[in-house]
Amino acid sequence: MKVRIDVDACVGAGQCVLAAPDVFDQRDEDGMVVLLLEDPPSHLEAATEHAALLCPALAIVVDR
Amino acid sequence: MGNLERVVVVGASAAGVTTAETLRREGYTGRLTLVGDEKVLPYDRPPLSKQVLAGTWEPEKTVLRPESAYVDHGIKLKLGSAATGLDLAGGTVALSNGEEIGYDGLVIATGTTPRELPFGHHLSGVHVLRTIDDAVALRGDLLRSSAVVVVGAGFLGTEVAASARRLGLDVTLVDPLPLPLVRQFGDRVATAIAELHEEQGVRLRTGIGVTAVHGDVSVSGVELTDGTVVRADVVLVAIGAAPATGWLDGSGVPVDDGVVCDATCRAADGVYAAGDVARWFNPHFGGLMRVEHRMNATEQGMAVARTLLGAQTPFAPVPYFWTDQFEAKIQAYGVFPAEAEMVVAHGGLAERKFVAHYLARGRVVGVLGWNMARQLRQDRQLISPATTARTSAVS
Repeated sequence: MKVRIDVDACVGAGQCVLAAPDVFDQRDEDGMVVLLLEDPPSHLEAATEHAALLCPALAIVVDR
Repeated sequence: MGNLERVVVVGASAAGVTTAETLRREGYTGRLTLVGDEKVLPYDRPPLSKQVLAGTWEPEKTVLRPESAYVDHGIKLKLGSAATGLDLAGGTVALSNGEEIGYDGLVIATGTTPRELPFGHHLSGVHVLRTIDDAVALRGDLLRSSAVVVVGAGFLGTEVAASARRLGLDVTLVDPLPLPLVRQFGDRVATAIAELHEEQGVRLRTGIGVTAVHGDVSVSGVELTDGTVVRADVVLVAIGAAPATGWLDGSGVPVDDGVVCDATCRAADGVYAAGDVARWFNPHFGGLMRVEHRMNATEQGMAVARTLLGAQTPFAPVPYFWTDQFEAKIQAYGVFPAEAEMVVAHGGLAERKFVAHYLARGRVVGVLGWNMARQLRQDRQLISPATTARTSAVS
């Protein structure tokens, strides 16, 4: 699984961090997403996919 | 519910698209139709008042999914056709093109329609903003204009005021309430928002109503209750939106400022609602609520899909929403009743970096962050479920 971020679309909602805290974090100053794992291990794939679905700005793209 | 072989989702925006997609992801293999009254592919609305209006995004970037995604998922799109009626007993939805579609499961996700002033909307230059066409038309007029009046200082009005100011226009923001967003966030945050707008050159005319819109063919000004006329070549009317439920009149589906649903988002036998149009019993807060925010469209769409597939889980989210205005990123979780007491828990209002907690009857019901996203996310957990939560059913 490959994860990409559209930083331009990110609104800093933090839903991805709630859904998959091992894969995503937020910048302190503006809340923008920080991708911790571009290629998350299989046990984190479901959570990563859930994060992408939840993102209110559609800023997370998951390629399998 | 019996066999589920035909699902019709009425409303092809975030809630409807999410419902349809989740049904497929979770294994639904029957027929699936997504009906939308707009002709274009389903798109996302929050960027309309921000990036699209500012011109930093081409309108096409708001498209939710490429057309191929609907084909791949076996979702039949019926775009450009509005639902006009519902026959509950017969299990059919009537469309504006004369078609009738039968369903075993119906999802109502028709969203809201902007409210209009009782006058002025026939004049060119007077806009509302809900659809992508609205956004493109408004941007076109803003680029040709020098003075805009925004009527209504809620989320949409304040965001458009900020976007228009950044385009270099002379902006006046009018609202009958004393401060922008005061109904949403209370005096102190609203004061900070007012200061931000004034500092950026937005002229605030709050605590005053609108009595007339002047103009011959095109708008020339907006008259206020004190008799003054504010010059305008563009007017945005952003005075709220009403649930789009006219097509349900007389159908037997309970409607009261939205489609009234139980905790599982069920409105009637085989009929569910999601997104801006749904007023459902949220057990987390122990009451009926209707949430006009983007995050809820996704979450409720997912929940309704699962309910259709047999889950009995109540939909009990903590609502999340955000607004971007000038350099302020304001985010909030929970609810913000007028009687709530607001306490600054981190940072400070003067620094324009803070998290505030809103307390009602001794519990935290909402948390709001201003340029403090990380801390806000951590404080979300303080919003505890209502101890008096009970289940409610709608029959």
